Amino acid sequence: MRGSMRKPTAAAPRKHVNPFKELWRNKFLYILVLPAMIYTFVFSYMSLPYMAIAFEKFNYKTGIFSPFVGLKNFEYFFKSSWAWTITRNTLVINVLFLAVGTVCAVALAIVLNEVHAKRLLKTSQSFMLFPYFISWVIVSYMLQGILGTDNGLINNIITGMGGEKINFYADPNYWYPILLILNIWKTTGYNAIVYLAAITGIDEGLYEAAYIDGATRWKRIRYITLPLLMPTICILTLMSVGRIFYGDFGMMYAIIRDNSSLMPIAEVIDTYVYRTFKNTGDPSLSMAVGLYQSVVGFILVFTSNWIVRRHFPDGALF
Amino acid sequence: MSANPAGARPARNKIQTSGGDKLAQFLIYFFVVLFALLCLVPFLLVIIVSFTEEKSITINGYSFLPAEWSISAYKMLFSSKSSVPKAYQVTTIATVVGTLAATLISFGAGYTLANKQCRYRNGLSLYFYITMVFSAGLVPWYMISKMIGCFDNIWALIVPSLMFSPFNMFLVRNFVREIPDALNESARIDGAGEVRIAFTIYLPLCTPVLATIALFYAIGYWNNYFNSVMLINDQNYYSLQMLLFKIQSEITALSKVSTGAQVTSAPPKESFKMATSVVTMGPIILLYPFLQKYFIKGMVIGAVKG
Repeated sequence: MRGSMRKPTAAAPRKHVNPFKELWRNKFLYILVLPAMIYTFVFSYMSLPYMAIAFEKFNYKTGIFSPFVGLKNFEYFFKSSWAWTITRNTLVINVLFLAVGTVCAVALAIVLNEVHAKRLLKTSQSFMLFPYFISWVIVSYMLQGILGTDNGLINNIITGMGGEKINFYADPNYWYPILLILNIWKTTGYNAIVYLAAITGIDEGLYEAAYIDGATRWKRIRYITLPLLMPTICILTLMSVGRIFYGDFGMMYAIIRDNSSLMPIAEVIDTYVYRTFKNTGDPSLSMAVGLYQSVVGFILVFTSNWIVRRHFPDGALF
Repeated sequence: MSANPAGARPARNKIQTSGGDKLAQFLIYFFVVLFALLCLVPFLLVIIVSFTEEKSITINGYSFLPAEWSISAYKMLFSSKSSVPKAYQVTTIATVVGTLAATLISFGAGYTLANKQCRYRNGLSLYFYITMVFSAGLVPWYMISKMIGCFDNIWALIVPSLMFSPFNMFLVRNFVREIPDALNESARIDGAGEVRIAFTIYLPLCTPVLATIALFYAIGYWNNYFNSVMLINDQNYYSLQMLLFKIQSEITALSKVSTGAQVTSAPPKESFKMATSVVTMGPIILLYPFLQKYFIKGMVIGAVKG
């Protein structure tokens, strides 16, 4: 799957070719790939020079060639309390999502695999997958309907029983669990698909042999399903670990918005970059924070991909 | 997966029915049904509230059994002053045009990268791969989008971020690689040109993977509000999600318009929010059976082959 990237394949021995000849001979193929190349060039490669802004005092007239200020922007950011807050929030939220999310998805896949009523399996799977397709904006309104102070479901129940209302949207302490539940609710059905596919691929004969030897359902799960699922779990987890430094802007901004009382818990790097950019209008500081994220993020993504390639040759996409 | 020997099935059935395992089986079914319902119930709430009379919401709060039903929110939604129809149109155009373009671009690139005749295919793969591990972030993205003219127009909703994803392109590449080379060679021997081989032989063969990535792209376009948040100031180009996001101002504007006609009733604020959510989810609900089929297929194609 990825071997061809390293060593030349037998079909095309690597000898020197005239680039112009090659381009001309396969011109149609290169025309087909051209739009993607241009797009990638414009939005990815062309953005690299802009990183210089992080070291400058940005001026809209001079653009990338604004006066150089060294590490001043970084200094400002790392001295503010936000540096620690947003790094911690991003990591804590992502680790929570990843750890609990993986356990839930694997558990759901195992449970779904034990359901033998076809109709029930199909119907329940369609319901479970549905939240994945719905935008975070709509989810944020559902959440308001459930947690809202004035007319939310939970507060209705509480006041109905004579209790005192909980103002969820003013108290950050509730929000790690709330965000976690939202994420589990939205993605578990989707994530379980991959695991379920992997379980279906396990040789039926193993289960039969285990049954004949007297293994209970639990033992079959514990000693056959889980070990054989481990490579898939490792690969997917490693891939997600690589993304651990990137917050989910679509989710966080739709749900938290500009609610400053929740920011100590819920402001992640991505929303902070956006907010500094929008509120101060100064791209330099924002770019500095963005660069911090890009560099750490790159190291994490690269390392995790490297580990996957090394240990699970079939698992990497490349 | 190997075929089951004829005697295997009864053995497995016996596993399920034996003694204490019945309880486990019951718990499994119970859990599955419970989780499925938990995934569904919030949507029911949205739909029910969208049909609730505003007064019962203010008095009783959100409820699955409202005291009074009403369709006034939907009336307001489709009134002539409402911006929802306009946003619907904008989002539909962006989604259709964007998805078509994105799918074609990914097919072209994936096809070339899988083609053994293309000697630079590995270099090209690396060119795309690098962008997947490193991105410069929001500020350059914003400045470049603005520079190429994607600002305050429909292109801002189509081009930046959404029109190409290397991940989807690699899905296509891996799919094309599985097709035997003999097909390409025999077509060539029969005298088919390059264009014909790509578009009349390979393109139809790629339908499963193309349907999957088209769905990835379409969902991405339909649910996107980031591009609107960043690149749109003009309300005429608000996408549906953006309008929903900013619904408070829309409600205020609409209630100002309608106060002259009906002073007695309060504007249906909460139900209007939910009604807009319902029409925003509409196409996804309608296309859902189709979506689900190809999504599961695509997930399995793209899934790690561990």
